[in-house]
Amino acid sequence: MNIEVRNIEKRYGSFTALGDVSHVFESGKLSALLGPSGSGKTTLLRIIAGLENADQGQVLFGCEDASHRHARYRGVGFVFQHYALFRHMTVFENIAFGLRVKARSQRPSRSEIRKKVERLLKLVQLDWLGGRMPSELPGGQRQRVALARALAVEPRLLLLDEPFGALDANVRSELRQWLRRLHDEIHVTSIFVTHDVEEALEVSDQVVVMNAGKIEQSGSPDEVYDHPASPFVYRFLGHANIFQVAGGSSLYVRPHDFDVFGEHFPGAIAAQVLGCRSVGAIGRIDLQPNNGGDPLQVETDKNSMRSMQVVEGKTLYIRPRASKQYTAAAEI
Amino acid sequence: MFRFPSCRRKVIPGFGLSLGFTLFYLGLIVIIPLAATFLKSAELDWSEFRATVGSPRVMASYRLSFGASLAAALVNGVFGFLTAWVLVRYSFPGRRIVDALVDLPFALPTAVAGIALTTIYAETGWMGQWMKEVGIKAAFSPLGIMIALIFVGLPFVVRTIQPVLEDLDAELEEVAASLGASRFKTITKVVFPSVFPALITGIALAFARGVGEYGSVVFISGNMPMKTEITPLLIITKLEQYDTAGATAIAVVMLVISFVLLLLINLLQAGYAGRRA
Ligand SMILES: Nc1ncnc2c1ncn2[C@@H]1O[C@H](COP(=O)(O)OP(=O)(O)OP(=O)(O)O)[C@@H](O)[C@H]1O
Ligand SMILES: [Mg+2]
Repeated sequence: MNIEVRNIEKRYGSFTALGDVSHVFESGKLSALLGPSGSGKTTLLRIIAGLENADQGQVLFGCEDASHRHARYRGVGFVFQHYALFRHMTVFENIAFGLRVKARSQRPSRSEIRKKVERLLKLVQLDWLGGRMPSELPGGQRQRVALARALAVEPRLLLLDEPFGALDANVRSELRQWLRRLHDEIHVTSIFVTHDVEEALEVSDQVVVMNAGKIEQSGSPDEVYDHPASPFVYRFLGHANIFQVAGGSSLYVRPHDFDVFGEHFPGAIAAQVLGCRSVGAIGRIDLQPNNGGDPLQVETDKNSMRSMQVVEGKTLYIRPRASKQYTAAAEI
Repeated sequence: MFRFPSCRRKVIPGFGLSLGFTLFYLGLIVIIPLAATFLKSAELDWSEFRATVGSPRVMASYRLSFGASLAAALVNGVFGFLTAWVLVRYSFPGRRIVDALVDLPFALPTAVAGIALTTIYAETGWMGQWMKEVGIKAAFSPLGIMIALIFVGLPFVVRTIQPVLEDLDAELEEVAASLGASRFKTITKVVFPSVFPALITGIALAFARGVGEYGSVVFISGNMPMKTEITPLLIITKLEQYDTAGATAIAVVMLVISFVLLLLINLLQAGYAGRRA
C-alpha cells in the first residue's frame, strides 16, 4: 500500500516547518528521509503518524484519506530516537502492550500473545531477554525492543525517527545493516529519518532529501548521489569543490573525482599542497590552486599519495574526472 | 523521601562522609528530641504506661487521628492527582493563580484555616447549612476533622506529583496511542504507573502531616472526648495538667505507630521501584 502525502503544510506561528510537501512512499519499500537539522523531517513523520496535524494537505494510506484519523486508528508503528520504552514493564510486556490494549473482541488470547511476542523476540534476536527491564539493556537492544513493540500490532507502515541516532558508531552501522535485512524479511512499508548521509544511502531503497521544509529531491540512492538535482543536495551528500566557470555557472567536483599527478600533465591545473592526512585507506589532500580560487579538497588512495611523496608546499597537478554544472540561479 | 541508599549508588564517592553527615544531622534534629520523649515517658512504670495509653479515651483518639488522617490522605491522593494533572496538562486562564492557591495551606497559620473552615462548615455557615439540609453534620464531627486534614494535606500530594508529571516523556503517550491504546488505557497503563511512586510519597507526606496536625483541627472538631478528640489535643491537655510523663507516653505510642506505617509505605514503594529497576 502506497503512502502519499499531498500538499502538506505546517506552520509554527510565522515559521513554516513544512511548505507544500508532496511525495509518494512506495509500498513495501524502505525510504529514508534525509536532511539537515530543522528541515522538517520529524514534523513530516509525525504528521504521517497522526501525532501532529497538518495545517493543510492530505495523508493518504492507499486510496484512503487518513488525514483526520486519530493516531490510534492509523495502524502506524512509530520508533523514537530515545526508544520511549515503558520503564515499568519488562521487555516482554513492552512488546505485548499493543496486543493487550486491543478491544476485547479483537484481543488475541493469552497464549497467542505469548507466542507472538516470543516470535518477535526471536525476530529481533533477543529471545532470552524477555524477562528483563528496559533499563538493564544497552541502547542497541532497547531500540530493537522498541522495534519489536511497533511490529507487534502488524502496522501498515513503520516510521522510525533517527532510530540509531543515540547509538555509538559501531552499534549503529551494525544495526542499520540488520534493519536492512529485517526489512527484506518482512517487507513492511517503512520510512526512516536520518541526517546521516551514509546511513541513508546504505540502507534505503528510496532517498528523500529535505531542506527547509521542502523536498529537494527523491530517488534511489544511486540516482540521488550520482545526479544531485540541486547544489544543496550536492553539498549535503558530500564535500563539494566549486569552480566558477564562464557564464556565471559553477562546476561542482567531488574530492574523489580528481586525477592527481605528481608532474605536469596536459589539461591538469597546478596546485600547492596545504596539508595532507590519511583516513584509513584514503589519502586526503588540501590544495591551493596556483591560479587563485578557493582551496580544494582532493581524495586519492593512500598508496598513490605515498608514492607521489605528498608533503606540505609541494606542487601537484589535478584534473577533474567528473563534475556537475549548476547555473548561478540554482545556487540560491 | 525516606529512601535507603541503594547498592548501585556505591560507586559515587563520598558515601561514608555523606552518610556520616546525614546521621549526625538526623541525630541532632530528629533523634535526640525523640529520644528525650522516650526517656521522659520512661518515668512511668509499665502498668502506669499501659493505663495511660490504653485508656478508652486515648485509644479513641488514636483511632480518630490515624483513621481521619488516612482517609484524608487517600482523598487527597485522588483529588491531588487530578489537580496536578489539570495543572500540568491544561493551560487555561488563571492557571498560575490556581497553581499558587495550592500552596496556600502551607503558608496559612493553621489556626486561621481552622477558624475559616469552622465558620464555613458550622450549621449556620455557607456550606454547613446545605449539608445540614441533607443530614450531614460537618463541623464538630469526624467529617469536619477530615475536611481540615484534607485542606492542610493537599499541597503535599500535588507538589510531589506535579514535577513527575511534568517530566513524563510525551513520547510514551504517543507510542501508546500509535500502538492502538485508548486514552483511558494510556493513562491507566502508562501514565499512572510512572507517577505511582510519587503519589505514594505524596500520600505518605499528607498522612504524616495529618497525624501531627493540631491548629486547624481543634477549632472544627469540637473536641468531644471519645468522639472528636484528636491525639495531639489530648497530649496538650495532659501537658496543661502538668502530666508531662503521661503526655509523652501518648506521644511515644503515636510516634511508633507513625514510624511503622511510614516504614511500610516506603517498603511498598521500594518493592515497586525494585520491580522497575
Ligand atoms: N512544536 C513546535 N513548535 C515550534 N516549532 C517547532 C515545533 N516542532 C518543530 N518546530 C520547528 O520546526 C522545524 C522543523 O523541525 P523538525 O523537528 O521537523 O526538524 P528535523 O528535520 O526533524 O530536525 P532534526 O534533525 O534536528 O531532528 C524546526 O526549525 C523546529 O524548530
Ligand atoms: Mg528530528
